[in-house]
Amino acid sequence: MIKVEQLTKKFGENLVLNNITTSIHKGEVVAIIGPSGSGKSTFLRCLNLLERPSSGKIWMNGTEITGQKVNIQGIRKNIGMVFQQFNLFPHMTALENVTYAPRIVKKLSPQEAEEKGRAVLARVGLSEKEMSYPAQLSGGQKQRVAIARALAMEPDIMLFDEPTSALDPEMVKEVLDVMKGLVDTGMTMVVVTHEMKFAEEVADRILFMDQGVIMEEGKPEEFFRNPQTNRARDFLSKVL
Amino acid sequence: MNLDFTTIIDYIPFILGGIGTTLQFVSVSILIGLLLGTLLAICKIANNKILQGFAHGYTSIFRGTPLLLQLMLIHYAIPQLTGYNTPTYVSAILAFGLNSGAYVSEIIRAGILAVDPGQQEAALALGVPKRPMMIHIILPQAFKNILPALINEFITLTKESSLVSTIGYLDLMRRAQIVEANIYRSFEPLIFVGFIYWIMVFILSKIGRLIEWRLRQSDKG
Repeated sequence: MIKVEQLTKKFGENLVLNNITTSIHKGEVVAIIGPSGSGKSTFLRCLNLLERPSSGKIWMNGTEITGQKVNIQGIRKNIGMVFQQFNLFPHMTALENVTYAPRIVKKLSPQEAEEKGRAVLARVGLSEKEMSYPAQLSGGQKQRVAIARALAMEPDIMLFDEPTSALDPEMVKEVLDVMKGLVDTGMTMVVVTHEMKFAEEVADRILFMDQGVIMEEGKPEEFFRNPQTNRARDFLSKVL
Repeated sequence: MNLDFTTIIDYIPFILGGIGTTLQFVSVSILIGLLLGTLLAICKIANNKILQGFAHGYTSIFRGTPLLLQLMLIHYAIPQLTGYNTPTYVSAILAFGLNSGAYVSEIIRAGILAVDPGQQEAALALGVPKRPMMIHIILPQAFKNILPALINEFITLTKESSLVSTIGYLDLMRRAQIVEANIYRSFEPLIFVGFIYWIMVFILSKIGRLIEWRLRQSDKG
């Protein structure tokens, strides 16, 4: 579904991603873990071109999205993204947040968009909050609306950029539960996370990144029980 | 002390008529300034060196020279080139609208840059094209942040509007001067229009507070 070949990203002189090659299959759940500054988020943001790769190629469903004449908007509408800071539109209600892109990008009628919007809000358990503004919601609720907003576009794949890192501890579970529900529907997901238990439980594959490269990848039970590299052992000893 | 407000009683309707003429051209100028300012602000943040250069040059010229000079140029100097006399009303609106556009563009540019970059990222990630993103997501949030600064600009514009008396436009100030010349007294007509300006600005700031308060409601938890 996604193929990444020799992906490199530099910010000025700073090499953030160094020659990354990997692929993500349909229905697969990939958790990316690693120390901060390892390039996890940058890698994720390259997948929907929020960051432009310095070199290397990315294919999505067979089309090269890093090519010159690519319709970026057309690609992005099939890739849902959930941010650490939620990034909900503060001047819109929960329902307006989830219906905006379907109306503008997919040109759905207001009725169709609202129908779909109510369905996705129900999916994240926030039907009764559809008229609330983001400022009236808790952190966990905001993130669930953000997930619903991405789902409303019916994407092929969902990217999560540390979705629980900005949450109070007691709200982490409600967001992870919604994400687990998504896994059960067979959604393809790439999750940058510090929630090791979640990664171990739901991921099909772990990518361990450090200093801009994928140091290690494998099934969670193998990675967590028997990490191959010193860097991974060192990291796990600090976080587990 | 020689002070007698009864001397202007007969002229009060004449002076009050100036409220309408002043408000009329100030409100049209504000609209022009807002539209022009928004366009210029978008040029300034666009990825286009020519548009950026034009917008910055425009702002530099209109902020870097006196408004009175701009008014005089538009009213007296341009007819010399074109051969047509511009009506005072048109000159006044042009000078104030073009001038205000420069100031408003800086306010709006700052407002746009102050919107959380995450907002743009969220819109882009959903596949929303640039134009609707600007209109529906960025500008509404920018306007909310800059409302106090915008009201301030409108207040300045309302007061500075007295400059148009110099080209003979029958605004509040000009009417006060005509009354002065008629009754040979300065204090009473000037104090009277001063009071009217103050009331107008007072109402404008109250309206600003009200709009701000309404907008804040959506922020409350």
